[in-house]
Amino acid sequence: MAGIKVFGHPASTATRRVLIALHEKNLDFEFVHIELKDGEHKKEPFTFRNPFGKVPAFEDGDLKLFESRAITQYIAHFYSDKGNQLVSLGSKAIAVIAMGIEIESHEFDPVGSKLVWEQVFKPLYGMTTDKTVVEEEEAKLAKVLDVYEHRLGESKYLASDHFTLVDLHTIPVIQYLLGTPTKKLFDERPHVSAWVADITSRPSAQKVL
Amino acid sequence: MGGIKVFGHPASTATRRVLIALYEKNVDFEFVHVELKDGEHKKEPYILRNPFGKVPAFEDGDFKIFESRAITQYIAHEFSDKGNNLLSTGKDMAIIAMGIEIESHEFDPVGSKLVWEQVLKPLYGMTTDKTVVEEEEAKLAKVLDVYEHRLGESKYLAADHFTLVDLHTIPVIQYLLGTPTKKLFDERTHVSAWVADITSRPSAQKVL
Repeated sequence: MAGIKVFGHPASTATRRVLIALHEKNLDFEFVHIELKDGEHKKEPFTFRNPFGKVPAFEDGDLKLFESRAITQYIAHFYSDKGNQLVSLGSKAIAVIAMGIEIESHEFDPVGSKLVWEQVFKPLYGMTTDKTVVEEEEAKLAKVLDVYEHRLGESKYLASDHFTLVDLHTIPVIQYLLGTPTKKLFDERPHVSAWVADITSRPSAQKVL
Repeated sequence: MGGIKVFGHPASTATRRVLIALYEKNVDFEFVHVELKDGEHKKEPYILRNPFGKVPAFEDGDFKIFESRAITQYIAHEFSDKGNNLLSTGKDMAIIAMGIEIESHEFDPVGSKLVWEQVLKPLYGMTTDKTVVEEEEAKLAKVLDVYEHRLGESKYLAADHFTLVDLHTIPVIQYLLGTPTKKLFDERTHVSAWVADITSRPSAQKVL
């Protein structure tokens, strides 16, 4: 559908979160590249779209949004009749998904993103990986993955018996971490390991690499 | 309504977020006190309710969840026909989702650090770190500039009526109003009026 635009960077985990959701829904969109290395995200006109100076930003006709997890929720609800179902209906199901979104957002992503920064992006910028930080953050990630392991022993996906936004939101960080020694933390946990293989093999996930 | 229980601590900002939502909806509930200073939240049985060892946790009959902003969303949807409306409809729900993310990622981390340094550390006999306060106040000022702009265009953060987005900020704001950080709210006209408005709601008064 004409009218959807994503303003972001193809390597950004937050941008990829939105792109994966659009691919899950088979939606057409225009991608507008924001050149992060030139600081384009911290300057006008981008800061008119997101005053916090972060990618991605989004528009669908005259609806303008930012914050990747708000954008994915909009896509999931507003295009609920297209592509794959990414949410469940009813106040209890909504709450379980909301809880999963909060957990990924507050417990998984901050730790996972630090590990991506240290091991993937710092080397690209000619900076040195801080091994102490990696060790500390891996210890924290292990605890989060223990919770995910337990959950995935009871439920096929994190929030439901079908793939939802809660699983989707983890994909971009997981994809990067699978290319680092941190991969072992996923491999060591059988339910997490199977779930990772499943969600990263989805066509939508493959398209953002 | 029998069956709703909140497990938390009355001074906890996250617990208060849930209590305010319940008061907005005039829904009855039982409060179960979790003694944080004894580390009760880090031990069984509490961690069976929240494996991350944080308050609050919540149940409605046999439905059990944690994370304050998920609980408030449950309350807002499940009791949509009771008390005050805390949501919007259609595409306007996307504005609420965005507002919840902004408060959660930009406002709360900074505000909570300022509450920790200036309110909680002194209670524990620890010393406020003035460098941290200065740094965090500079960050909070930037967030409040965004809120100021927004509140110049819209009566509340996500709509022309009070919603979860405004509600989620109340517990941190209440603590900061008792510290020198209050000036950052006072200096901004729209933010200042909005703060006076939301903190004077009966639901907000009840958690103090």
